[in-house]
Amino acid sequence: MVSTSSTEKLIDVRDLERTFVVRKRSGGLRRTTTEVRAVHDLSFGIEAGEMVGYIGPNGAGKSTTIKMLTGILVPTGGHLRVAGLEPSKHRTDLARRIGVVFGQRTTLWWDLPLRDSFDLLQKIYGIDPARYRENLEEYVALLDLHDLMDTPVRQLSLGQRMRGDITAALLHDPEVLYLDEPTIGLDVISKGRLREFLRALNQTRGTTILLTTHDLQDIEALCRRVIVIDHGTSVFDGTLPDLHVRGGSTRTLVVDLIDEGPPIEVAGATVRRLDGPRQWLSFPSDASAAPIVAAVASAYDVADLSIQEPDIEDVIRDLYLG
Amino acid sequence: MADALTTIRRAPRQYAQISRLWIRSSLSYRTSFAIMTISSMLLTFTDFVGLYLMLRLIGNLDGFELWEIALLYGASGIGIGVADLLIGSVEQIGRHIRMGTLDAMMVRPVPLLVQVCADQFALRRLGRITQAVVVFAYGAAHVDWTPSRLVVAALMVLGACGIFFALFVGFSCIQFWTHDASEFANAFTYGGNTMTQYPLSIFPGEVVKSLTFVVPVAFTNWYSCLYLIGRDDPFGLPAWFAYLPPFVAVVLIALAGLAWRTGVRRYTSTGS
Repeated sequence: MVSTSSTEKLIDVRDLERTFVVRKRSGGLRRTTTEVRAVHDLSFGIEAGEMVGYIGPNGAGKSTTIKMLTGILVPTGGHLRVAGLEPSKHRTDLARRIGVVFGQRTTLWWDLPLRDSFDLLQKIYGIDPARYRENLEEYVALLDLHDLMDTPVRQLSLGQRMRGDITAALLHDPEVLYLDEPTIGLDVISKGRLREFLRALNQTRGTTILLTTHDLQDIEALCRRVIVIDHGTSVFDGTLPDLHVRGGSTRTLVVDLIDEGPPIEVAGATVRRLDGPRQWLSFPSDASAAPIVAAVASAYDVADLSIQEPDIEDVIRDLYLG
Repeated sequence: MADALTTIRRAPRQYAQISRLWIRSSLSYRTSFAIMTISSMLLTFTDFVGLYLMLRLIGNLDGFELWEIALLYGASGIGIGVADLLIGSVEQIGRHIRMGTLDAMMVRPVPLLVQVCADQFALRRLGRITQAVVVFAYGAAHVDWTPSRLVVAALMVLGACGIFFALFVGFSCIQFWTHDASEFANAFTYGGNTMTQYPLSIFPGEVVKSLTFVVPVAFTNWYSCLYLIGRDDPFGLPAWFAYLPPFVAVVLIALAGLAWRTGVRRYTSTGS
């Protein structure tokens, strides 16, 4: 019998490790085997109701982690529990409690209309019919799937398919939703809508969401907490503002002077670039812009001012390099 | 253990739910469904017509007359037909691995084998079974039926289905190691079926031995049909072999189950 102790988090990962044996041909029939550590010394905990961004460069171990969390892949070491269950041992039991969306491949039945796929999921998950109708109605409305219900999945566009996949992953009211690159290949409008939907899902239903992505705007729009993974292990785990501080990120004040002049000198900011009458001043992202703007405005003839928020991509690039 | 039993008890219903969906979707194109079913029936029937024409020319095949061959052909045909209908899709395991659909199946609360077998369930494969039943009935009309012969016939059909079932699953498991090996499995399933369409006495003894003890497709029809016809085994194996098919099937299914589990474990531990 598996029991969930009150102190244990919904997702509990401690010293998780996964190594792969890679065989390479080294001339003739001889083969050399090398062990690659896809994930190592990875620890984190996620509480019910959190929305966490899981980011890292290609090959950092994101997918490997998701595969272990869902039970598709057996860890080679460490401790892993999701909702009190050991995923690889209780894969089918766990399946009732989680939803998974793989951005680059569908979990729907390629040749079947969406409606049929959803009906089948109702049966195999044993979803209560009333609950099923309620959920389906809600998600179909929220994700605008009405006109697509009788279209076979293979005829759907990427964005439409993604919405179908997300509905499919949510019909059984999962406690945890894993999204692997959910916005990959979507246009700006679809991305915005999807983010809106996920935020509402997390707020109204309290669904715990773990999302891997390359699109850092996803993270900025959705996740208070970010886990950055690189070379198989976590290099940062905290809030988005902390990530900025940690990365020493800066905001930029762009000043357009009326006339060309020497570099602006004010306390708390330094000129980083100068191009004719336009100057770029950078200052720490946790400092207030107001005194700097005031100082610049009072000492110089300013035509225009604007502030650029720090680029999280730069921050993370620095983390990866560091 | 109790868990495993629950899993097995639930499997047929889950299988039915998934396959029903595929039937419904294939029936939505009625004309195409009818054409596919009839053409699959005709296609397999030409097999038998070929045998018939050959026999008309040479009179008999190693002493076996047309109705006796019909019996052999029908029994093995029913076996592979039923197995192909119910679980033939297991051959697609390599494609599921390549396409990543296996991962999708693994996060659903239904055993993987059930999902893989029920995937793309095609009722048109009934054509092959219908054809085999007709041919078998033609042969059976000439049999001098006794109670024990009826029992043997029933055990034979049951065993043949089980044996082909196990061969399909067992050999498909190779695709967990090499993703493109569905042809290899076919050599044993469809290949085995083709050999058993003829009286095995036309083959050298070594071949028959390996079809009995290595890849035991001989149990899908040969020993039981000899009993139904009332002949002794030309290779001198005892008559009670006629009763063995279901037991052979059980052993093979257990081995196939083991292969499946090993394959899935390999998949979950290599992530390929």
